[in-house]
Amino acid sequence: MDSAKIALRKRPRRGEAAIQGFLLFCGAVSIFTTLGIVFVLGKESWLFFGSSEVSLREFFGATKWQPMVGQFGIWPLVNATLMTTSMAMLVAIPLGLAVAIYLSEYASARARSTLKPILEVLAGIPTVVYGYFALTFMTPLLRSIFGQNVVEIYNTASAGLVMGILILPLVSSMSEDALSAVPRSLREASYALGATKLETAVRIVVPAALSGIAAAVIVAISRAIGETMIVAVAAGAGPAFTFNPFKAAETMTGHIVRMSGGDLSYDSIDYNSIFAIGMVLFVATLMLNIVSRSIVRRFREVYE
Amino acid sequence: MSRQAQPSSCEGLPEGEALQRNIAARHRRGKVWHIIFQASTIVGIIALTALLYNIVNQSFGLVAVQNKVEPETLAIDGVPLEDLTKEQLIAILEAHVSKGVMRRLESELPFAARNRENVYNLVQERVVSPEILKSWPLVDSLFRRAEIAAAAAEEYPNAKLQFRSWVNPDFIRNPQSSTPALAGVRTAVLGSLWIIAITILVAFPLGLGAAIYLEEYAGDSWLNRIIETNISNLAGVPSIIYGMLGLAIFVRAMEPLTSGTLFGASDPTTANGRTILSAALTLALLVLPLIIINAQEAIRAVPRSLRQASYALGATKWQTTWNHVLPSALPGILTGTILAMSRAIGETAPLVVVGASTFIALDPSSPFSKFTALPIQIYQWTSRPQDQFRNIAAAAIIVLLVLLLSLNASAVLLRNRYSRRMG
Repeated sequence: MDSAKIALRKRPRRGEAAIQGFLLFCGAVSIFTTLGIVFVLGKESWLFFGSSEVSLREFFGATKWQPMVGQFGIWPLVNATLMTTSMAMLVAIPLGLAVAIYLSEYASARARSTLKPILEVLAGIPTVVYGYFALTFMTPLLRSIFGQNVVEIYNTASAGLVMGILILPLVSSMSEDALSAVPRSLREASYALGATKLETAVRIVVPAALSGIAAAVIVAISRAIGETMIVAVAAGAGPAFTFNPFKAAETMTGHIVRMSGGDLSYDSIDYNSIFAIGMVLFVATLMLNIVSRSIVRRFREVYE
Repeated sequence: MSRQAQPSSCEGLPEGEALQRNIAARHRRGKVWHIIFQASTIVGIIALTALLYNIVNQSFGLVAVQNKVEPETLAIDGVPLEDLTKEQLIAILEAHVSKGVMRRLESELPFAARNRENVYNLVQERVVSPEILKSWPLVDSLFRRAEIAAAAAEEYPNAKLQFRSWVNPDFIRNPQSSTPALAGVRTAVLGSLWIIAITILVAFPLGLGAAIYLEEYAGDSWLNRIIETNISNLAGVPSIIYGMLGLAIFVRAMEPLTSGTLFGASDPTTANGRTILSAALTLALLVLPLIIINAQEAIRAVPRSLRQASYALGATKWQTTWNHVLPSALPGILTGTILAMSRAIGETAPLVVVGASTFIALDPSSPFSKFTALPIQIYQWTSRPQDQFRNIAAAAIIVLLVLLLSLNASAVLLRNRYSRRMG
């Protein structure tokens, strides 16, 4: 045993330390990204609000967005965003929840294996294709149902409905995960007391999975707020403050896309304005995502 | 069973006849809602079918075509237009096109440098100039052919009625054009492929490195918790915000780098930061959280026993990770990367903000060229009012969906093949 004298003292391995440093850098890139987003949005918004043409009060108070004449009230854009979002939620939440309940409570294994891929395909289609669908299929459909005079060619209704179809798979998959996480013992206890399948699903399982479902709804809202291409194609160009879903209106995201698609000179008031809108968008979606995660953390029922 | 004294709360329960009715009513309600739940899944299937039907409907159909100059009249000595030499084609071009246009074409790219195919395309575009006067969707073309023939003869007497598949090999080969009949997606597809290649080249190592760090090396310190929360937040940020980040940093602030002037390789016409490199870097930042989260899950799934066996044999942490953990987690990591790629291919909004070109006819030749991408092309064509642009947008969508389908299918195949090998 004498010949195999291996030095067992821990040798400093410089290669390992270098690799660990590189990996730490990779992990830190994500922090740089967030800092970059905050810095970029913040700096341009600062320049925007600092210029003489705009005041914070006008931004959040006025209801006209016409950069050409120096009016910068954000409410038309926010209103259009809220309208498309609520229409999308009207479609996505009931249908998504119903699909989730069906998949987790009623569906046979074969039905589940056919339905889940279809939902995945729906979720994977690029949003610009949905925009095309909204413009070439949904709008003529709405016009034939409600009349050509009522529904304009560009309107927020068709964009909102198609957005609902886009978000439906998201709601259904997150809700289904939450529903499946409820242990079987709860359901079986309910059956043992004589409840029907519907009563078990609606009165026992859904309340038990409520935190996950609430999180799904909030993530869906956040996704709808940030959706760009469907509204850019189908909802119209030009901000308009209207509550009529059959009229054209531009959302926050649609406006940003239209502005950047054209000629935009750096350091102009228009350039800075899109960053101010982007800041509002970023803060809104960030808040929603944080709330969603904290709901899951705080209210998740822990079984076992 | 003897009747025991029931507690007072049980007095309201139905008995006998009422009990039967109550149970029947509850079951009826259950059946109704069962059907409602089932119907809601059908809505999803209907939506998908409607979408695909709409796209296919617009991609094939009858068209009324009118040529400004019939190609048969341009044949020289019995040799048809397609077989003429480059010099003959240039002669035809000069005979039919104004001097100003010839000078402009010469300044864009000298005729000596153009290849024959390029000149042939020019002849087609400016001399033959086929104009599609009207197009009809597929369903109409199949079932109402006689009606359409009559209407076309009446409205467009000089035009020929042909069946056209808007998705054809020419469509994929041709570069962009302002005439719908001649437009193709070549520049767009090449642009997309260039962008995706660079995106993956940048995002994959960074994402994998971050995932390895978070799973293998990170303790539970505050820094690492912040990184994890940060990544989940970034995954939920709308894609257009990434576009604005790319615009401000890659296009504007890092313009010498991304436009290539630092390397002396910039585009001769406009040297600005709106290049393939900026677009790819922006998309890389966008897909980075997805790759990290997927890779993390794949690495987490590797059993601890594998690592501990490796340590027991005296391997260092990196040796264990590189030689044992990563190969074992590779199928999951690759699947996640392919899913991230298919997400990136379909992204439009960040590319529009970063500055996709509205019209380029030359193929991208370097990371510093101006760019366009397939979704951007679809967006631009959809925004035009004429009907024919609707058709080519549908054809481009088919190309995009086929691309995505093959990517996802390869991801599924990869996953199946590796999981069979492992277990």
